[in-house]
Amino acid sequence: MKCHISNSVFIGNIDPFLRSFDFSDPSFLEISTHDKWMSVHPVALAMIAALGMTVPRGNVHFDDISATSGHYLQRMGLLELLGIDNIKPIIAKDPSGRFVPLTVIKSAAEQTKFITDMMPLLHLDKAPEQAEAIRYVVSELLRNVLEHAAAPSGAIVAAQYYPKTKRISIGIVDTGVGIKQTITQSHTAWTDAEALRLALTPGITGTTSREGGTIDNAGAGLFFIKSIAVNNHDFFMLYSGQSLYKLHRRKGEVKYLHVDPFHDPHALKEDMPNWHGTVVGIDISLEQTKSFTDLMKVIRTSYSSAIRERRKARYRKARFE
Amino acid sequence: MITITIKKHAGVFAENKDVAGTLRDETILPTLRNGQEITLDFDGVEGATQSFIHAMISEAIREFGPEVLDHIIFKHCNKSVQAIIEIVVDYMQASE
Repeated sequence: MKCHISNSVFIGNIDPFLRSFDFSDPSFLEISTHDKWMSVHPVALAMIAALGMTVPRGNVHFDDISATSGHYLQRMGLLELLGIDNIKPIIAKDPSGRFVPLTVIKSAAEQTKFITDMMPLLHLDKAPEQAEAIRYVVSELLRNVLEHAAAPSGAIVAAQYYPKTKRISIGIVDTGVGIKQTITQSHTAWTDAEALRLALTPGITGTTSREGGTIDNAGAGLFFIKSIAVNNHDFFMLYSGQSLYKLHRRKGEVKYLHVDPFHDPHALKEDMPNWHGTVVGIDISLEQTKSFTDLMKVIRTSYSSAIRERRKARYRKARFE
Repeated sequence: MITITIKKHAGVFAENKDVAGTLRDETILPTLRNGQEITLDFDGVEGATQSFIHAMISEAIREFGPEVLDHIIFKHCNKSVQAIIEIVVDYMQASE
Protein backbone atom coordinates (compact mmCIF):
# COMPACT_ATOMS: atom_id res chain seq x y z
CA MET A 1 0.00 0.00 0.00
CA LYS A 2 1.10 3.56 -0.56
CA CYS A 3 0.10 7.08 0.41
CA HIS A 4 1.52 10.56 0.11
CA ILE A 5 1.32 13.37 2.64
CA SER A 6 1.35 16.65 0.77
CA ASN A 7 2.37 19.93 2.41
CA SER A 8 -1.14 20.68 3.63
CA VAL A 9 -3.81 18.17 4.59
CA PHE A 10 -6.97 19.48 6.23
CA ILE A 11 -10.61 18.56 5.89
CA GLY A 12 -11.23 21.24 3.30
CA ASN A 13 -8.42 20.01 1.02
CA ILE A 14 -8.10 16.37 2.05
CA ASP A 15 -9.19 14.82 -1.27
CA PRO A 16 -5.70 14.59 -2.88
CA PHE A 17 -4.37 12.89 0.27
CA LEU A 18 -7.21 10.36 0.20
CA ARG A 19 -6.76 9.77 -3.52
CA SER A 20 -3.05 9.08 -2.95
CA PHE A 21 -3.96 5.82 -1.21
CA ASP A 22 -3.05 2.70 -3.14
CA PHE A 23 -4.35 -0.39 -1.38
CA SER A 24 -3.13 -2.88 -4.00
CA ASP A 25 -0.59 -4.76 -1.84
CA PRO A 26 -1.73 -5.00 1.81
CA SER A 27 1.54 -6.60 2.96
CA PHE A 28 3.46 -3.31 3.26
CA LEU A 29 2.87 0.42 3.62
CA GLU A 30 5.07 3.03 1.94
CA ILE A 31 4.58 6.65 2.99
CA SER A 32 6.04 9.56 1.09
CA THR A 33 5.97 13.14 2.32
CA HIS A 34 6.34 16.63 0.93
CA ASP A 35 10.04 17.48 0.82
CA LYS A 36 9.84 20.96 2.32
CA TRP A 37 7.15 21.24 4.95
CA MET A 38 3.81 19.82 5.93
CA SER A 39 0.82 20.69 8.03
CA VAL A 40 -1.42 17.73 8.68
CA HIS A 41 -4.86 17.25 10.24
CA PRO A 42 -4.93 14.55 12.98
CA VAL A 43 -7.42 12.56 10.89
CA ALA A 44 -4.72 12.01 8.25
CA LEU A 45 -2.24 10.80 10.86
CA ALA A 46 -4.88 8.51 12.37
CA MET A 47 -5.55 7.03 8.92
CA ILE A 48 -1.87 6.30 8.33
CA ALA A 49 -1.54 4.81 11.81
CA ALA A 50 -4.64 2.65 11.33
CA LEU A 51 -3.40 1.39 7.99
CA GLY A 52 0.12 0.81 9.28
CA MET A 53 -1.23 -1.33 12.10
CA THR A 54 -2.73 -3.76 9.56
CA VAL A 55 0.64 -4.66 7.98
CA PRO A 56 3.34 -6.84 9.57
CA ARG A 57 5.72 -5.01 11.92
CA GLY A 58 8.73 -3.77 9.98
CA ASN A 59 6.83 -3.44 6.71
CA VAL A 60 6.03 0.24 7.14
CA HIS A 61 8.48 2.52 5.36
CA PHE A 62 8.72 6.28 5.47
CA ASP A 63 10.82 8.09 2.93
CA ASP A 64 13.50 10.31 4.43
CA ILE A 65 11.55 13.01 6.23
CA SER A 66 13.33 16.23 5.48
CA ALA A 67 10.44 18.53 6.13
CA THR A 68 11.18 20.91 8.92
CA SER A 69 7.86 20.05 10.48
CA GLY A 70 8.60 16.33 10.34
CA HIS A 71 8.95 16.42 14.08
CA TYR A 72 5.19 16.64 14.18
CA LEU A 73 4.86 13.02 13.03
CA GLN A 74 7.19 11.98 15.81
CA ARG A 75 5.57 14.15 18.44
CA MET A 76 2.11 12.85 17.56
CA GLY A 77 3.37 9.32 18.16
CA LEU A 78 3.03 8.06 14.58
CA LEU A 79 6.58 6.75 14.23
CA GLU A 80 6.51 5.00 17.59
CA LEU A 81 3.09 3.46 16.93
CA LEU A 82 4.30 2.03 13.63
CA GLY A 83 7.61 0.83 15.06
CA ILE A 84 9.71 3.06 12.82
CA ASP A 85 13.16 3.74 14.20
CA ASN A 86 15.26 4.12 11.05
CA ILE A 87 14.62 7.82 10.67
CA LYS A 88 17.30 10.32 11.58
CA PRO A 89 16.86 11.97 14.97
CA ILE A 90 14.48 14.87 14.95
CA ILE A 91 14.97 17.93 17.09
CA ALA A 92 12.62 17.80 20.04
CA LYS A 93 10.16 20.64 20.32
CA ASP A 94 8.42 22.05 23.35
CA PRO A 95 6.15 19.23 24.56
CA SER A 96 3.65 21.59 26.17
CA GLY A 97 1.76 22.15 22.92
CA ARG A 98 -1.93 21.48 22.95
CA PHE A 99 -2.31 18.11 21.32
CA VAL A 100 -3.37 14.56 22.03
CA PRO A 101 -1.00 12.07 20.41
CA LEU A 102 -2.24 9.08 18.45
CA THR A 103 -3.91 6.70 20.86
CA VAL A 104 -5.41 3.26 20.34
CA ILE A 105 -8.71 2.59 22.14
CA LYS A 106 -10.02 -0.97 22.38
CA SER A 107 -12.36 -0.95 25.39
CA ALA A 108 -14.89 1.19 27.23
CA ALA A 109 -12.45 1.52 30.13
CA GLU A 110 -9.72 2.82 27.81
CA GLN A 111 -12.26 5.23 26.32
CA THR A 112 -13.19 6.63 29.73
CA LYS A 113 -9.52 7.08 30.63
CA PHE A 114 -8.81 8.76 27.30
CA ILE A 115 -11.70 11.22 27.69
CA THR A 116 -10.51 12.10 31.19
CA ASP A 117 -6.86 12.52 30.16
CA MET A 118 -7.66 14.42 26.95
CA MET A 119 -9.12 17.54 28.53
CA PRO A 120 -6.00 18.81 30.36
CA LEU A 121 -3.84 17.97 27.33
CA LEU A 122 -5.90 20.34 25.21
CA HIS A 123 -5.91 23.01 27.97
CA LEU A 124 -9.66 23.40 27.67
CA ASP A 125 -10.29 24.52 31.25
CA LYS A 126 -10.80 28.11 30.06
CA ALA A 127 -13.34 27.11 27.42
CA PRO A 128 -15.82 24.90 29.32
CA GLU A 129 -18.64 25.13 26.75
CA GLN A 130 -16.38 24.08 23.90
CA ALA A 131 -14.78 21.47 26.11
CA GLU A 132 -18.17 19.91 26.60
CA ALA A 133 -18.80 19.68 22.86
CA ILE A 134 -15.36 18.16 22.29
CA ARG A 135 -15.74 15.64 25.07
CA TYR A 136 -19.17 14.73 23.75
CA VAL A 137 -18.04 14.28 20.14
CA VAL A 138 -14.97 12.18 20.97
CA SER A 139 -16.91 10.01 23.39
CA GLU A 140 -19.73 9.20 20.95
CA LEU A 141 -17.36 8.55 18.06
CA LEU A 142 -15.15 6.21 20.07
CA ARG A 143 -18.18 4.35 21.31
CA ASN A 144 -19.41 3.93 17.73
CA VAL A 145 -16.15 2.21 16.80
CA LEU A 146 -16.19 -0.07 19.84
CA GLU A 147 -19.81 -1.10 19.26
CA HIS A 148 -20.16 -1.28 15.52
CA ALA A 149 -16.82 -1.43 13.70
CA ALA A 150 -15.60 -4.92 14.66
CA ALA A 151 -12.11 -3.50 14.24
CA PRO A 152 -9.33 -5.72 15.67
CA SER A 153 -7.08 -2.65 15.98
CA GLY A 154 -9.78 -0.67 17.78
CA ALA A 155 -10.18 3.06 17.32
CA ILE A 156 -7.23 5.31 16.56
CA VAL A 157 -7.74 8.86 17.78
CA ALA A 158 -5.68 12.06 17.81
CA ALA A 159 -6.40 15.75 18.37
CA GLN A 160 -4.58 19.04 17.88
CA TYR A 161 -5.19 22.67 18.80
CA TYR A 162 -4.39 25.26 16.13
CA PRO A 163 -3.83 28.63 17.81
CA LYS A 164 -4.02 30.74 14.62
CA THR A 165 -7.49 29.53 13.71
CA LYS A 166 -8.48 28.84 17.33
CA ARG A 167 -9.85 25.40 16.61
CA ILE A 168 -9.43 21.84 17.83
CA SER A 169 -9.11 19.24 15.08
CA ILE A 170 -9.98 15.64 15.87
CA GLY A 171 -9.57 12.45 13.88
CA ILE A 172 -11.06 9.06 14.77
CA VAL A 173 -10.39 6.17 12.46
CA ASP A 174 -10.88 2.41 12.30
CA THR A 175 -10.17 -0.38 9.86
CA GLY A 176 -13.27 -2.36 10.72
CA VAL A 177 -16.25 -3.49 8.63
CA GLY A 178 -17.27 -0.01 7.47
CA ILE A 179 -20.60 1.79 7.60
CA LYS A 180 -22.29 -0.05 4.72
CA GLN A 181 -21.87 -3.46 6.31
CA THR A 182 -23.07 -2.17 9.68
CA ILE A 183 -26.10 -0.26 8.43
CA THR A 184 -27.26 -2.98 6.01
CA GLN A 185 -27.74 -5.40 8.89
CA SER A 186 -31.12 -3.68 9.31
CA HIS A 187 -31.58 -1.27 6.38
CA THR A 188 -31.18 -1.28 2.62
CA ALA A 189 -28.24 0.62 1.17
CA TRP A 190 -26.92 -0.31 -2.25
CA THR A 191 -23.95 2.03 -2.17
CA ASP A 192 -21.52 3.42 0.40
CA ALA A 193 -23.05 6.87 -0.15
CA GLU A 194 -26.53 5.57 0.70
CA ALA A 195 -25.11 3.94 3.83
CA LEU A 196 -23.44 7.21 4.90
CA ARG A 197 -26.71 9.04 4.35
CA LEU A 198 -28.59 6.56 6.56
CA ALA A 199 -25.88 6.59 9.24
CA LEU A 200 -26.19 10.38 9.52
CA THR A 201 -30.00 10.27 9.69
CA PRO A 202 -31.50 10.38 13.20
CA GLY A 203 -33.20 7.25 14.46
CA ILE A 204 -31.43 4.86 12.09
CA THR A 205 -29.07 2.28 13.52
CA GLY A 206 -27.64 -0.89 12.06
CA THR A 207 -28.83 -2.80 15.10
CA THR A 208 -32.55 -2.66 14.25
CA SER A 209 -35.01 -1.54 11.59
CA ARG A 210 -37.38 -0.36 14.32
CA GLU A 211 -38.03 3.35 14.86
CA GLY A 212 -36.53 4.46 18.16
CA GLY A 213 -33.66 2.01 17.99
CA THR A 214 -32.93 -0.67 20.52
CA ILE A 215 -32.47 -0.75 24.27
CA ASP A 216 -28.82 0.30 23.72
CA ASN A 217 -28.84 2.25 20.45
CA ALA A 218 -30.99 5.18 19.40
CA GLY A 219 -29.27 5.71 16.06
CA ALA A 220 -28.48 9.28 16.96
CA GLY A 221 -24.73 9.47 17.53
CA LEU A 222 -23.55 10.68 14.12
CA PHE A 223 -26.60 12.93 13.69
CA PHE A 224 -25.73 14.71 16.95
CA ILE A 225 -22.11 15.13 15.92
CA LYS A 226 -23.00 16.44 12.47
CA SER A 227 -25.53 18.76 14.15
CA ILE A 228 -22.89 20.14 16.53
CA ALA A 229 -20.70 20.83 13.49
CA VAL A 230 -23.57 22.50 11.59
CA ASN A 231 -24.44 24.72 14.55
CA ASN A 232 -20.87 25.77 15.17
CA HIS A 233 -20.05 26.24 11.47
CA ASP A 234 -17.37 23.56 11.81
CA PHE A 235 -15.86 21.26 9.19
CA PHE A 236 -16.92 17.62 9.40
CA MET A 237 -16.07 14.63 7.21
CA LEU A 238 -17.20 11.02 7.11
CA TYR A 239 -15.43 8.53 4.85
CA SER A 240 -16.17 4.83 4.50
CA GLY A 241 -15.83 2.45 1.57
CA GLN A 242 -15.63 4.51 -1.59
CA SER A 243 -17.70 7.43 -0.34
CA LEU A 244 -16.62 10.67 1.27
CA TYR A 245 -19.15 13.07 2.80
CA LYS A 246 -17.88 16.53 3.68
CA LEU A 247 -20.10 19.04 5.44
CA HIS A 248 -19.70 22.58 4.21
CA ARG A 249 -19.99 25.40 6.67
CA ARG A 250 -23.47 26.89 6.82
CA LYS A 251 -23.58 30.68 7.17
CA GLY A 252 -25.66 32.57 9.72
CA GLU A 253 -27.47 31.33 12.78
CA VAL A 254 -28.82 27.80 12.51
CA LYS A 255 -32.39 27.55 13.74
CA TYR A 256 -33.38 24.26 12.16
CA LEU A 257 -31.35 21.14 11.42
CA HIS A 258 -31.88 19.08 8.33
CA VAL A 259 -32.78 15.48 8.99
CA ASP A 260 -31.38 14.41 5.64
CA PRO A 261 -27.62 15.06 5.58
CA PHE A 262 -27.84 15.51 1.81
CA HIS A 263 -29.95 18.63 2.43
CA ASP A 264 -27.08 20.24 4.32
CA PRO A 265 -24.49 22.09 2.24
CA HIS A 266 -22.04 19.30 1.51
CA ALA A 267 -19.76 17.59 -0.98
CA LEU A 268 -20.13 13.90 -1.78
CA LYS A 269 -17.54 11.83 -3.61
CA GLU A 270 -18.36 8.24 -4.51
CA ASP A 271 -15.21 7.23 -6.35
CA MET A 272 -12.62 7.41 -3.59
CA PRO A 273 -10.10 4.63 -2.86
CA ASN A 274 -11.97 1.91 -0.97
CA TRP A 275 -11.30 2.47 2.75
CA HIS A 276 -12.11 -0.68 4.70
CA GLY A 277 -13.45 0.91 7.86
CA THR A 278 -14.61 4.35 8.86
CA VAL A 279 -12.89 7.73 9.06
CA VAL A 280 -14.31 10.74 10.91
CA GLY A 281 -12.68 14.15 11.02
CA ILE A 282 -14.03 17.26 12.70
CA ASP A 283 -12.82 20.77 13.50
CA ILE A 284 -14.38 22.47 16.50
CA SER A 285 -13.98 26.20 16.74
CA LEU A 286 -13.17 27.61 20.16
CA GLU A 287 -14.75 30.90 19.13
CA GLN A 288 -18.25 29.52 18.72
CA THR A 289 -20.73 31.53 20.68
CA LYS A 290 -23.58 29.06 21.12
CA SER A 291 -23.52 27.21 24.45
CA PHE A 292 -23.67 23.43 24.54
CA THR A 293 -27.10 23.62 26.19
CA ASP A 294 -28.40 25.87 23.39
CA LEU A 295 -26.96 23.44 20.87
CA MET A 296 -28.90 20.65 22.49
CA LYS A 297 -32.10 22.71 22.37
CA VAL A 298 -31.79 23.09 18.59
CA ILE A 299 -31.05 19.40 18.23
CA ARG A 300 -34.00 18.49 20.44
CA THR A 301 -36.45 20.38 18.23
CA SER A 302 -35.21 18.75 15.05
CA TYR A 303 -34.57 15.28 16.39
CA SER A 304 -38.04 14.41 17.60
CA SER A 305 -39.81 16.10 14.70
CA ALA A 306 -37.59 14.05 12.38
CA ILE A 307 -38.89 10.85 13.88
CA ARG A 308 -42.48 12.01 13.66
CA GLU A 309 -42.05 13.12 10.04
CA ARG A 310 -40.51 9.82 9.04
CA ARG A 311 -43.28 7.85 10.70
CA LYS A 312 -45.81 10.07 8.93
CA ALA A 313 -44.09 9.56 5.59
CA ARG A 314 -44.17 5.80 6.04
CA TYR A 315 -47.82 5.76 7.11
CA ARG A 316 -50.02 4.04 4.54
CA LYS A 317 -53.80 3.77 4.31
CA ALA A 318 -55.43 0.50 3.39
CA ARG A 319 -56.45 0.29 -0.28
CA PHE A 320 -59.99 -0.83 -1.04
CA GLU A 321 -61.23 -1.71 -4.52
CA MET B 1 -37.74 5.08 47.06
CA ILE B 2 -34.41 4.02 45.55
CA THR B 3 -31.75 6.58 44.68
CA ILE B 4 -28.88 6.08 42.24
CA THR B 5 -25.96 8.48 42.53
CA ILE B 6 -24.84 8.69 38.90
CA LYS B 7 -21.44 10.26 39.62
CA LYS B 8 -20.50 7.35 41.85
CA HIS B 9 -20.99 4.94 38.97
CA ALA B 10 -20.25 6.97 35.84
CA GLY B 11 -17.97 9.80 36.97
CA VAL B 12 -18.31 13.50 36.16
CA PHE B 13 -18.93 12.80 32.49
CA ALA B 14 -21.52 10.06 32.06
CA GLU B 15 -20.59 8.33 28.81
CA ASN B 16 -19.93 4.67 29.56
CA LYS B 17 -22.93 2.78 28.18
CA ASP B 18 -21.85 -0.41 29.89
CA VAL B 19 -22.35 1.37 33.20
CA ALA B 20 -25.71 2.73 32.00
CA GLY B 21 -26.80 -0.78 31.02
CA THR B 22 -25.81 -2.21 34.37
CA LEU B 23 -27.73 0.50 36.25
CA ARG B 24 -30.75 -0.13 34.00
CA ASP B 25 -30.75 -3.92 34.33
CA GLU B 26 -29.75 -4.25 37.96
CA THR B 27 -31.54 -1.33 39.58
CA ILE B 28 -33.81 0.86 37.45
CA LEU B 29 -36.01 -1.73 35.74
CA PRO B 30 -36.31 -4.03 38.81
CA THR B 31 -37.27 -1.04 40.98
CA LEU B 32 -39.95 0.11 38.54
CA ARG B 33 -41.24 -3.44 38.13
CA ASN B 34 -41.69 -3.53 41.91
CA GLY B 35 -43.87 -0.45 41.62
CA GLN B 36 -41.37 1.75 43.42
CA GLU B 37 -40.17 5.22 42.47
CA ILE B 38 -36.56 5.80 41.58
CA THR B 39 -34.39 8.90 41.81
CA LEU B 40 -31.49 9.41 39.42
CA ASP B 41 -29.24 11.88 41.20
CA PHE B 42 -26.86 13.70 38.85
CA ASP B 43 -25.18 15.74 41.57
CA GLY B 44 -21.59 16.48 40.46
CA VAL B 45 -22.16 15.19 36.93
CA GLU B 46 -20.92 17.83 34.47
CA GLY B 47 -22.21 16.22 31.30
CA ALA B 48 -23.69 13.11 29.73
CA THR B 49 -24.04 11.67 26.27
CA GLN B 50 -27.32 10.94 24.59
CA SER B 51 -26.16 7.32 24.26
CA PHE B 52 -25.66 7.00 28.01
CA ILE B 53 -29.06 8.46 28.89
CA HIS B 54 -30.78 6.42 26.16
CA ALA B 55 -29.20 3.19 27.41
CA MET B 56 -30.22 4.03 30.96
CA ILE B 57 -33.89 5.04 30.59
CA SER B 58 -35.27 4.27 27.11
CA GLU B 59 -36.28 0.71 27.92
CA ALA B 60 -38.24 1.88 30.94
CA ILE B 61 -40.28 4.21 28.72
CA ARG B 62 -40.73 1.44 26.16
CA GLU B 63 -41.76 -1.16 28.74
CA PHE B 64 -44.04 0.94 30.94
CA GLY B 65 -45.07 3.76 28.59
CA PRO B 66 -44.56 7.50 29.13
CA GLU B 67 -46.40 7.22 32.47
CA VAL B 68 -43.22 5.75 33.91
CA LEU B 69 -41.82 9.29 33.93
CA ASP B 70 -44.14 9.96 36.87
CA HIS B 71 -42.05 7.42 38.79
CA ILE B 72 -38.55 8.57 37.83
CA ILE B 73 -37.11 11.69 39.42
CA PHE B 74 -34.12 13.36 37.79
CA LYS B 75 -32.35 15.25 40.55
CA HIS B 76 -29.53 17.84 40.57
CA CYS B 77 -29.22 17.98 36.78
CA ASN B 78 -27.30 20.89 35.34
CA LYS B 79 -28.71 22.54 32.21
CA SER B 80 -26.66 20.41 29.87
CA VAL B 81 -27.65 17.09 31.44
CA GLN B 82 -31.27 18.24 31.61
CA ALA B 83 -31.20 19.07 27.89
CA ILE B 84 -29.92 15.60 27.01
CA ILE B 85 -32.54 13.89 29.21
CA GLU B 86 -35.29 15.96 27.58
CA ILE B 87 -34.05 14.94 24.14
CA VAL B 88 -34.15 11.24 25.00
CA VAL B 89 -37.57 11.50 26.65
CA ASP B 90 -39.02 13.43 23.67
CA TYR B 91 -37.49 11.01 21.22
CA MET B 92 -38.76 7.88 22.93
CA GLN B 93 -42.31 9.27 23.07
CA ALA B 94 -42.17 10.36 19.44
CA SER B 95 -40.93 7.01 18.25
CA GLU B 96 -43.29 4.75 20.19
